Amino acid sequence: MKLAFKLAYRNLIGAGLRTWLNVIVLSFSFVVIIWLKGVMSGWDYQAKTDMTNWEIGGGQYWHKTYDPYDPFTLTDSHAPIPAGVTGELKTGDLEPQLIVQGTIFPDGRMMPVIVRGINPGQSILKLPTRKLDTITDAIPAIIGGMMAKTNRLSPGDYVTLRWRNVKGTFDAADLVITGIFTTNVPAVDAGQVYLPLVKLQEMMMLPGEATILTFRDEEKSRTGLNGWTLKTKKELTRQVDEVIKTKSAGQSILYFILLLLAMLAIFDTQVLSIFRRQKEIGTYIALGYTRRQVVGLFTVEGSMHAVLAAVVSAVYGLPFLIWQARVGWTMPMDTSEFGMAIAQTLYPVYSVGLVISTLLIVMLTTAVVSYLPSRRIAKMNPTDALRGKLQ
Amino acid sequence: MKTRLTLILSICILQAFSQDATTILEKVDANMSSRNRIFESSMTILGKRGSRTIVSKSYAEGTKQSFTEYLSPASEKGTKMLKLDKQLWIYSPSTDRTIQISGHMLKQSVMGSDLSYEDMMDDRKLTAVYNAKITGEEMLGDRKTIVLELTAKVEDAAYYAQKIWVDAVRFVPLKQELFAKGGKLLKRMEMKDIRQIQGRWFPATIVYKDMLKQGEGTEFRMTSIKFDQEIPDYIFTKAALKK
Repeated sequence: MKLAFKLAYRNLIGAGLRTWLNVIVLSFSFVVIIWLKGVMSGWDYQAKTDMTNWEIGGGQYWHKTYDPYDPFTLTDSHAPIPAGVTGELKTGDLEPQLIVQGTIFPDGRMMPVIVRGINPGQSILKLPTRKLDTITDAIPAIIGGMMAKTNRLSPGDYVTLRWRNVKGTFDAADLVITGIFTTNVPAVDAGQVYLPLVKLQEMMMLPGEATILTFRDEEKSRTGLNGWTLKTKKELTRQVDEVIKTKSAGQSILYFILLLLAMLAIFDTQVLSIFRRQKEIGTYIALGYTRRQVVGLFTVEGSMHAVLAAVVSAVYGLPFLIWQARVGWTMPMDTSEFGMAIAQTLYPVYSVGLVISTLLIVMLTTAVVSYLPSRRIAKMNPTDALRGKLQ
Repeated sequence: MKTRLTLILSICILQAFSQDATTILEKVDANMSSRNRIFESSMTILGKRGSRTIVSKSYAEGTKQSFTEYLSPASEKGTKMLKLDKQLWIYSPSTDRTIQISGHMLKQSVMGSDLSYEDMMDDRKLTAVYNAKITGEEMLGDRKTIVLELTAKVEDAAYYAQKIWVDAVRFVPLKQELFAKGGKLLKRMEMKDIRQIQGRWFPATIVYKDMLKQGEGTEFRMTSIKFDQEIPDYIFTKAALKK
């Protein structure tokens, strides 16, 4: 076997430019596949981290009727904060939010919004809620950058909010924008206005009530509360998993094309080698090699393209991949209106598993592609092969 | 003894005024409410960049059921709207689909007007919702009006307070201001072109102005109106939307 590797290596190096062309094409596939998969892993990591920091914390309890995708449910989705969470509430490890609908009128335009009441002193989410803890002549409110841009609002601006309280009576008051935050999570930005929880409860005539409860730490032992549904972090980030799964499936086509190009080159090289090196094949058999050993030799030779490609990839790919992980990949289009947690610049994350699995896939594919043309050797007549007769 | 007499007298006067206000409101309701009505109207939205008019035909039964079909412009023709109690559906002929209006969408304006879908869904009798108080008299144009202040007596009133200028002779509102619970003026309505139809005084034109929204308001003109007609039951069904 050692001899087979030695021979294969010598033959490959001896083939010169032909080998290097194959190796470069294959190494290109290596680098692109690892980079793209890294970008996807980076996105997955970034999206889930941002969602944890800005939206879902360690998980949430939702009022039993609350469904963010069904506006019908919002009117009735509120209940007193259950007694079972009083301890966590006191330590700040659980934060209630009251969610209602309202309309703002920036510059006289009518904009439906979701109004969220949140405790200004909370520390679970990155929202700058401390800016709600201020004394002003209007109700202090914070909004996201995208919301501010859409409605042309700046810190210090006043805007009228109209809402209907729990009994259905219209009410209106002025809000003053005390803070604008920047986030990659559109669910906490687009169409959302944050007010102090107690103030919103008072406005809605719902003292002590909430729609969702966000807890700090993800605990496996956590169970549902009566009238509230437990939403684990895994459930709340399922959308990210699904989008990344779909995107990865789309990217697989690119991987396939890249690999197909490299494999076509290797396949061609193998077919040409077997055709041109019939005398050599005959000599191996005459020297006592079995047909299987000769097939093995050629398969190893073909597969070694992948090994060489891995080495070449490491030479130019490693610095590229490390540089990318540091500076990230800035997407050419505005991602703020994508509707899901995605940063403008994605930082690839390469795991050992990702690199090894890519290496294994490429090497295995190369081995199969190298073996397929080599099977012809088994059917060769050794005497004719020695004579160099075309078979 | 003197103090007691003054107190009793004051209570009597207050009650008399209160009684008057309620009577006036009842007369307003008698003019404005009916068992049912069929009307054709044109709604002109007076915007910053010009105005546009939407013509429609509506059927209304009490305060719970109404059906509207838009007749023009061409872009809105065939659009139908059905209100059944607290639910509202819209049929769009371009998509051949019926959608239920809910949540956020209820807060949006109807065809860009100063009326939201929510406004259209709350049209109970004033006497059923408000306590009235006479605050004075004013001339509106050449008409003498009684000014009433209405305060909600039920918890689920859409507007907590209203100020209403009622024609002192015809008992039809000529102007109405709707206030939020916090006291902010939300909407203003001006009633014009008062006509006597089937024995009742009724404003054929109402100008709505959402005070929080920019624009000149929305003029709602009823070109024909018939009260207490026979309306077939199928009109107020979802099936009628696709007919």
